[in-house]
Amino acid sequence: MSSNHVKRVDLIFEKIECKAVLEKIVDMEPDDICQELLDSDLKGRGGAGFPTGMKWRFTAQEKDPVKYIVCNADEGEPGTFKDREILDQVPGKVFCGMAIAGKAVGAKMGYVYLRGEYKFLIPKLNTELDKFHKTMDEFNQNFRIQIRLGSGAYICGEESALFESIEGKRGEPRNKPPYPTSFGLFGKPTAINNVETLVHTVMIMNYGADHFRELGTKDSRGSKVFSISGDTPKAGIFELELGMTVDQFVNDFGDGDTKAVQVGGASGFCVPRKKFAETIIGFEGMPTGGSMKLFNSSRSMYNVLHNYLDFFTEESCGQCTPCRVGCQQLLKGVEAVKRGEKNSKYLDELVKLAKTMKRASKCGLGQSVGNAFGSIVENFKEEIIY
Amino acid sequence: METIIENELVKELANKHGRSRDSLVPILQDLVVHNRFLSKQDMIDVARELDISAADVYGTATFYTFLDIEPKGKYVIRICKTISCAMKGKNEMLATIEEILKVKIGETTPDGKFSLLETNCIGWCHKAPAMLINDTPYTELTPRKVTEILREYIKK
Repeated sequence: MSSNHVKRVDLIFEKIECKAVLEKIVDMEPDDICQELLDSDLKGRGGAGFPTGMKWRFTAQEKDPVKYIVCNADEGEPGTFKDREILDQVPGKVFCGMAIAGKAVGAKMGYVYLRGEYKFLIPKLNTELDKFHKTMDEFNQNFRIQIRLGSGAYICGEESALFESIEGKRGEPRNKPPYPTSFGLFGKPTAINNVETLVHTVMIMNYGADHFRELGTKDSRGSKVFSISGDTPKAGIFELELGMTVDQFVNDFGDGDTKAVQVGGASGFCVPRKKFAETIIGFEGMPTGGSMKLFNSSRSMYNVLHNYLDFFTEESCGQCTPCRVGCQQLLKGVEAVKRGEKNSKYLDELVKLAKTMKRASKCGLGQSVGNAFGSIVENFKEEIIY
Repeated sequence: METIIENELVKELANKHGRSRDSLVPILQDLVVHNRFLSKQDMIDVARELDISAADVYGTATFYTFLDIEPKGKYVIRICKTISCAMKGKNEMLATIEEILKVKIGETTPDGKFSLLETNCIGWCHKAPAMLINDTPYTELTPRKVTEILREYIKK
């Protein structure tokens, strides 16, 4: 990636014959599937970036005869909308990826957990699911998929909260360990993957690990679907090669006046203009679930931060104190600084609080509030104060 | 002795989704589709049907934003207030809706037809501002477009 532009890719949305991929999988040794994924270096596309092959192998190694595959389609991160497009354009590939996972780990049952805001996709998904089940029957495979709907809770995108929700309970995250690979849905070994990750596994099984590895960098192989929004003339969904710098990204997607890019949504980091050139989008730099939000010089970063904190305060499940109280105090705190009731030193106290939340919160929500908070306060302090 | 009046809808939904704990949320979701909210009595009936405590049903229901426990209108408008929509004119859309329906956020029109709510990111940031009316997303809103959409719903 030497040019000053990003490379467009078209793998995720490529229409392929899933039947052919499934036919190939049926006769494969489960561990060979895991090995192919390990060879590809595919890392989870939901944001956390755990190696998919490893996740599947861990699940496969569990002795329990009942295991589950879960597709995490609870896409709620502000600025992320690529999974909706994937489910809309190529739902068959998502189900196919789940079947591959089922074969690899030895699961007979899969769940798609779809956020309630995407309920309008259900008729289409059901039609596609009928076709999928017929294909499974043709290959004598008894893997079945059920779709479950969320009901407007961001936290249910956290994997253990998602399990709780499918089980019919409040979507409150569990303590980890145990991890889902040993104790997941209904307490059974579970491989849970993001929508996009599952489609990548289909393409890797179709074209081979080497083809996947040709794209990206040593630490970030392959391509990634990005959700691009904010102050850009090209808002939308783009599949791009990993390993670009924010500078390259802004050259292609900025409006000529970009002052900051929020990478990874409200739970991600804010990259100011002076750091565009040095910041790499990928696991070696700034990992992202795909959300890239551009802000130009007309935007108040106080408003951006306030909006994020308002979001987290509402979406915190309230189960653990650092997150529940921390979110509220960060929000009240920046409001007090803005009104002049607290001096600018108070911001340092708030940054400390955000760091404490990172260490003390039970799940990724509370742990990541400090990402946006710290990076916006650090780089745009004067906008927060004045 | 207290007589238990059969709640036919709850029974029907339990027959459809099952009576295990993991059937609870699908049953509650369908009740909201039918009645636009979960009444106290419905939650008690669901608890009885699934043989779990009413407190468990209430606790689960109140966790989820879309499982309303207060009566809502036939059409629930949820306008997205998260960053992209906020940047692209959400407040203007809100003012337009408030003007047409004469309700504020959180209120329902006196005829019980519309409820107006704000919601967090609904996944249409590239086509902001956006809103949901029940399950249907509407995107790239302008005051004119909002007016036209509402006019269609008012006719229904």
